[in-house]
Amino acid sequence: MKVKQISVFLENRKGRLQEALETLAAAKLNIRALSIADTADFGILRLILPDPDKAKKVLKKNNFTVSENDVIVVEVPDNPGGLAGVLKVLNEADMNVEYLYAFVEKSGKKALVVLRTEKTIPAAKALKKAGIEVLPSEKVYSL
Amino acid sequence: MIWNKTAECMTDKKRQELQLNRLRDIVKSAYENTPYYKKRNSKQKIRYSDIKKLSDITRLPFTSKADLRDGYPFNMFAVPMNEIVEVHTSSGTTGTPVVAGYTRKDIDTWSEVMARALTMAGATSEDIIQNCYGYGLFTGGLGIHYGVHKIGATVVPISAGQTKRQLQIIQDFGTTIITCTPSYALYLAEAAYEAGINMRKIKLKSGCFGAEMWTESIRNEIEKRLNLTALNIYGLTEIIGPGVAHECEAKNGLHISEDHFYPEIISPDTLEPLPDGEKGELVLTTLTREGMPMIRFRTKDITALHKGKCTCGRTTVRMERITGRSDDMLKIRGVIVFPSQIEKALLEMKGIEPHYQIIVTRPHHLDEIEVRVEATKEIFSDEIRHLEAVRDRIENHIEKAIGLRVKVTLVEPKSLPRSEGKAVRVIDKRAI
Repeated sequence: MKVKQISVFLENRKGRLQEALETLAAAKLNIRALSIADTADFGILRLILPDPDKAKKVLKKNNFTVSENDVIVVEVPDNPGGLAGVLKVLNEADMNVEYLYAFVEKSGKKALVVLRTEKTIPAAKALKKAGIEVLPSEKVYSL
Repeated sequence: MIWNKTAECMTDKKRQELQLNRLRDIVKSAYENTPYYKKRNSKQKIRYSDIKKLSDITRLPFTSKADLRDGYPFNMFAVPMNEIVEVHTSSGTTGTPVVAGYTRKDIDTWSEVMARALTMAGATSEDIIQNCYGYGLFTGGLGIHYGVHKIGATVVPISAGQTKRQLQIIQDFGTTIITCTPSYALYLAEAAYEAGINMRKIKLKSGCFGAEMWTESIRNEIEKRLNLTALNIYGLTEIIGPGVAHECEAKNGLHISEDHFYPEIISPDTLEPLPDGEKGELVLTTLTREGMPMIRFRTKDITALHKGKCTCGRTTVRMERITGRSDDMLKIRGVIVFPSQIEKALLEMKGIEPHYQIIVTRPHHLDEIEVRVEATKEIFSDEIRHLEAVRDRIENHIEKAIGLRVKVTLVEPKSLPRSEGKAVRVIDKRAI
């Protein structure tokens, strides 16, 4: 249920994001989903890729500060209120969401959302219990 | 106007005679009465009678700030404590401060040289002088204060800060002379502009600005914005405080009160004396200080000396405005900061690399320090709030160490220049 997400520290400097993405391109790693959190001085690039270990290795080799975190990827009905329904489950289970972002691609007719919660496994279990599809990591990496 | 024509317009010959006599006396006093100099001279055995001409001063060893720290608190004093009537310390915020002790006569000397300085700024007993230098252990506030008393003008001892109140008093009291740092003068000007105060309607005629490095272009700005004559004042705690030198209306260098302070210029590399007009490090010897004689104190300030009669009529030597330091000391809003203090604070924290960069700017006329720190694996988190907490923790830690708030910016690992020989740790972007 746990999916590995790669986070990269980025200075707010021209061209830095491109350099990070080029590093991944050179290693032939295709990004499945990404988000950028930013402040005035720095940003954090978060990535879901087919081979997180390889991504981590090449980024580190190119002097990027990288960390790996567990997230869950869930299927969300692609209609109004779809995401709200998912969050309601977590809210009722008293689980805090740190952040979330969406995949560009769909899984069948459903949208895909990356969730980072305080506790990964209990959150995944709560979602499953409520009938929400939590994607296994192999499926995410092979998207 | 000249406060003391006898002292300030002396012929070279007369002054050199006076200086030689006083130099012999001060060397005697230092080497016989100051515990620190006595100990240091126990091997070299230099006697005051060895000083036969002024240039013999070069036979005496230098005194450094570190020596003064070693002598903390009172080992540099040449008189018993019952003769010391006042003490001050340098503006450094960490480590051992430098302590200066004054006898009653030293306070008189300080008042005298400050009276000369203020007179160069056009002060008479008619003037109202707003003193925005900090009062307390810092010499700035009280030094100016004594000079105003000596002249018999009116001192407004408002001290630093409280900009709104400063502006109110400038208007209500009809302040004619203001004393503060040049950056604060610009800050005041900006605040006055924002408050809609018409500077043509206030009575300010001149200002004595010092305690930090500044330039001709800053002078022009201050003069334009505050509608006054901006003059440069120089001094240091180790020697006496403000009043060691001051600019006259000719604005062609700062007149050193040479009957009390003997200046030399040395090469900071070879430590050999340099000829007049050449730039080097200023070395000062107090010729009359009773409480704490200083023999060849290395100021670390870079300047040049120019002899010859000035258009104002004074014959005292003029020093150029300070253009740099021979060490890496920074003065931030009047507070002395060494990059090594910041480095030490950084390295005390876990996960911080010994690579950092200090960037000093003056965005709104007040100095600001940015410290760039590399975000290592150890401090990196994928959540913004955690990274911000790390940044705040570093900022707080540095503030505790240097007494100043800095802005910490996290940058990418290996993005800061690595040392190839001497690392450029400090980038001073202030227009100095």
